[in-house]
Amino acid sequence: MHDFQNMAWWAILWSLIKIVIVVVPLLLGVAYLTLAERKVIGYMQVRLGPNRVGFKGSLQPIADAIKLMFKEVIIPTNANRFLFLAAPVLAFVPALLVWAAIPFGPGVAISNMNAGLLYVLAIAGLGVYGIIVAGWASNSKYAFLGAMRAAAQLVAYEIAMGFALVGVLMLAQTLNLAKIVEAQAGGGFWSWYWLPLFPFFLVYFISGVAETNRAPFDVAEGESEIVAGFHVEYSGMAFALFFLAEYANMIFVSLLTTVLFLGGWYAPINTPLLTWIPGIVWLLLKTAFLLYVFLWIRATFPRYRYDQIMRLGWKVFIPVTIAWIVIIGVALETPLRAILR
Amino acid sequence: MLPVTTILFYIFSAILLGAATLVVTARNPVYATLYLVLVFFNAAALFILLGAEFLGLILILVYVGAVMVLFLFVVMMLDINLARLKEGFLSYLPLGLAIAILGVLELAAVFWTSPLGHVPAPAAIPANADNTRVLGVLLYTQYLYPFEIAAVILLVAIIAAIALTLRRRAGTKTQNIGAQMAVRAKDRMHLVDLREPKS
Repeated sequence: MHDFQNMAWWAILWSLIKIVIVVVPLLLGVAYLTLAERKVIGYMQVRLGPNRVGFKGSLQPIADAIKLMFKEVIIPTNANRFLFLAAPVLAFVPALLVWAAIPFGPGVAISNMNAGLLYVLAIAGLGVYGIIVAGWASNSKYAFLGAMRAAAQLVAYEIAMGFALVGVLMLAQTLNLAKIVEAQAGGGFWSWYWLPLFPFFLVYFISGVAETNRAPFDVAEGESEIVAGFHVEYSGMAFALFFLAEYANMIFVSLLTTVLFLGGWYAPINTPLLTWIPGIVWLLLKTAFLLYVFLWIRATFPRYRYDQIMRLGWKVFIPVTIAWIVIIGVALETPLRAILR
Repeated sequence: MLPVTTILFYIFSAILLGAATLVVTARNPVYATLYLVLVFFNAAALFILLGAEFLGLILILVYVGAVMVLFLFVVMMLDINLARLKEGFLSYLPLGLAIAILGVLELAAVFWTSPLGHVPAPAAIPANADNTRVLGVLLYTQYLYPFEIAAVILLVAIIAAIALTLRRRAGTKTQNIGAQMAVRAKDRMHLVDLREPKS
């Protein structure tokens, strides 16, 4: 019994160590994603982007972080003080919690849980509470409008997202994220799920852009219509937490798309030279590519109008995913099964 | 010393009961809704402690992730008079207590008389037991008909809810997306040559 107790405490300590190993690089990644965004969009718009702090602007995120930390957090008159301060935390914590289930390599994860996919879907939906509560507690009309928009948008796109994941389940026959990646092994690029599940791949990634409130679906912020939406009233670190949550969610959606549709840590071609490169490098390269697509989309498309977002979610994505679920279901009962699995 | 899971059970249960009380007594309806979210969270944690991770995660996904978001949405939109709400509290208290006591008695009766109360402690859960798969197999074989009937009832409810809110008003301007997409430049722009004809 005493041994068991010691083991339990040791397991908790080991989990804490693993959490630090994941979260510290994640926060660094978030910091440099902000720089990458400004640089990439800058070049796309024929500008230079930040280039003053450090070598070619490489210390810009650090400067931004220091600036935000020393700014005053202003609480608006008649705002609900407790919820106003709790909202950024409500947004930030789920953005970190989802990382518990992400597999970084065969058997490498904070928790290799059986229902990993379900966990990820459940926790990722919680971030919206931060936005809604922020909008309500700010005692500001713009913030409240942003919160309302965010709530309606999240509910619409979460359904399409869930259906897209059903397709992955049907092929992989498991909710365990590591096993989903392993089910895509074999023929390299052509055996990954993006090919048989191409509509789901698109729907999932676009819903991911919508769920993270990124352009062109950023109506919750909509700086040209409702100033900055749910976070108009926030400043300093409280604002920074929303910002961190948004970028951590971007990295998470890219990484999960990689895991579900782009073969996770497998090399695109099964040759000794490419398979010799460690899996984590492939995983991060694919994630970085999808993050680039996030930035590319932002620099390319104008913001959707609100009713267009709703139409895309309810009338386009949901029927498309339901139809493709039926197609995959029928295909699995035919000789195609051998190719799909 | 108590096992870790027992300590966790008491912590989650205590928070659950405390938050459930606050749902009823909170003065601000938005707070009440957020306390209800906390209740669901702790209920999910209890499910997961039991090894029923599927039920726990579905509870979070469906209730916390979707239902409560809509609740919060509605509660925030309402202009609720707090004073009038408080007035009603005491007059409804006897009815509420009666229903609560009835519920507890019924549960107690079920546990004392049926075999449910005498189930031997479940066998140790094998490591890596995949209860999502087990639940799915049971639902789609042994309980197929009840499951399908439940699904049809839900479908009817969905259609009924949509039918209740759907109304066609005359004179509203809606877009015809198909017609919009089919438009070509020559449909919208007509070039007229205004130069004086050469004689």
